[in-house]
Amino acid sequence: MHGEVSEMAFFEMAKTAIKSLIHSPATIRYPFQPAKKTPISRGHVIVDASRCISCGTCQRKCPSQAILLNKEAKTWQIDRFRCIVCNSCVETCPVKCLVMDTQYTAPVTKKSVEIVTITYVKPPKPAPATAAAGGEAKT
Amino acid sequence: MKYEAQTTTLVEVGRLIGRVEQFRSDGCRLVQISATKNGEMYEINYSFDKDYKFENIRITIPIDQEVPSISGMYWGAFVYENEMHDLFGIQVKGINIDYKGNLIKTTIKYPFGAGAVLKGEKP
Amino acid sequence: MTQRIVIPFGPQHPVLPEPIHFDLVLEDEHVVEALPTIGYVHRGLERLIEKREYPEYVYIVERTCGICSFIHSLTYCQGIEQIMGIEVPERAHFLRTIWSEYSRLHSHLLWLGCFADGIGFENLFMGAWRIRESILDVLEQTTGGRVIQSSCKVGGVRRDISAEKLDQMARDLDGIQKEIADLTTVFLQDDSIRHRLKNVGVLSKDDAYHLGAVGPTARGSGVAIDIRQTGYAAYDKLHFEVVTENDGDCYARCAVRARELFTSIDLIKQAIAKIPEGPIDIKVTGAPNGEYFSRSEQPRGELVHYLRGNGTKFLARSRIRTPTLTNVPPLVKMLQGCELADVPVIILSIDPCIGCMER
Repeated sequence: MHGEVSEMAFFEMAKTAIKSLIHSPATIRYPFQPAKKTPISRGHVIVDASRCISCGTCQRKCPSQAILLNKEAKTWQIDRFRCIVCNSCVETCPVKCLVMDTQYTAPVTKKSVEIVTITYVKPPKPAPATAAAGGEAKT
Repeated sequence: MKYEAQTTTLVEVGRLIGRVEQFRSDGCRLVQISATKNGEMYEINYSFDKDYKFENIRITIPIDQEVPSISGMYWGAFVYENEMHDLFGIQVKGINIDYKGNLIKTTIKYPFGAGAVLKGEKP
Repeated sequence: MTQRIVIPFGPQHPVLPEPIHFDLVLEDEHVVEALPTIGYVHRGLERLIEKREYPEYVYIVERTCGICSFIHSLTYCQGIEQIMGIEVPERAHFLRTIWSEYSRLHSHLLWLGCFADGIGFENLFMGAWRIRESILDVLEQTTGGRVIQSSCKVGGVRRDISAEKLDQMARDLDGIQKEIADLTTVFLQDDSIRHRLKNVGVLSKDDAYHLGAVGPTARGSGVAIDIRQTGYAAYDKLHFEVVTENDGDCYARCAVRARELFTSIDLIKQAIAKIPEGPIDIKVTGAPNGEYFSRSEQPRGELVHYLRGNGTKFLARSRIRTPTLTNVPPLVKMLQGCELADVPVIILSIDPCIGCMER
């Protein structure tokens, strides 16, 4: 192939070029057709506020410090522009209240932070068998 | 999975050129030159490779000592030596193509070296 | 004595994917000397080791470059595992190898497209990128991201691929191999491309070895260096030939990359046939204390990560030496004596990845 002079090869691309003329386009007509996504595509993080126990693991593991947890005010906030959708918080949450959705964050004109109020209520401890220590309900 | 065995030998600055000439006549190629800040001293690693056998020599210098350039034997070493000068402030004398600090232009001079502070920190 | 003039090339140029600057000294239309200047995308990533602990530093390392992202994270994790003495399970090694080879396919197809665009053949550019889409689909279906995979971590990998998916990938590769065969026939046989690339930017074998060329730039001149032969990840259990050409011109470098596409497909099929069952990661505790030079083969050449830990959770030094940095002196040698119109083609033929080079 190299060094020998083969016959003039001019029309190698002709087959592919004519096929592309005849067949339907290879691209997706976005935004009229939706973008292709797979079940594990990483788009944005969604939190289930009724299950979060405010342990702070997601805040410690986030590599870009996008998650901020306020235990007294009971809020969980995420800065969507700092989030790099790496999936660390979803994997390390001990109660699995974080889920990765497949759609990307929509573009906006002003940067803001998304704040979610935590509504988790710790269930009361069941009363122990001995009568000495009574059961206590904690919120 | 095989991990390769690597050797690192400490060399004095005066013997550097002699050792590099030995590597050159053996037929090794230069892999990389890198600098590390270790407290008050700087360590410079020169790595060579021949037939996938990796060898490394290291010199330790204080910041203001000059280092001779090896670009006489390895013409391609000018990229590493200029980068080392621009980022750390290490003085290398005798580079064949000397950019005099203009290879990588940064707002802070010698950002990786002594005396460079990050945003928001006190010097 | 003809007059010499100096023309700037870059950092903005239609043919360059990333910014690099050359000062070309010309006599009439011949380039006599070329002087590179870099530093346009220097981000100082190596100082972030002071702010991020070593498990989170993987995310920074894999964002050094978009095309070679998985192999950066693989080299880093390998280095930390060697320093800490961690044994990664076999299945993780094979999964890392499969993703590395898909990254190599993606990178070579992207380069073939950009190269065809650089010489003016846009139809071929689109044809190469159409095949690249099917590779990116596989990467997204198995890791969740098209370009940044986020799949490697210290101690193994984060996601598994099921056996049915692996079989489907092996079947789809047959169709992709046929399309790639059609594409490479155009690159290697078409007359207009051959006239444009033969005897342009010649690098002799001696120059390539002693100036430090790596990857396809060296293999196109006959120097057979391929770090996959040292047997990192699962490569010591797979068999492949190192692809070399002897001419040392742009046509030879293009031919090396075109033939490496077939080697990668063969390696993926071998890995899928040999992958064992088992766990995919191992728990990691403690901090690294020691140093190591971790080497691997990126699509552009030899990548070296120098890592040093001092016993705390923050590393003491991370130094990334990418193949493009060491391919710049051979490029300067290649540019001496060429015509001005050939300069973009020669610069593209070493596959410049300036984002990785400057970190």
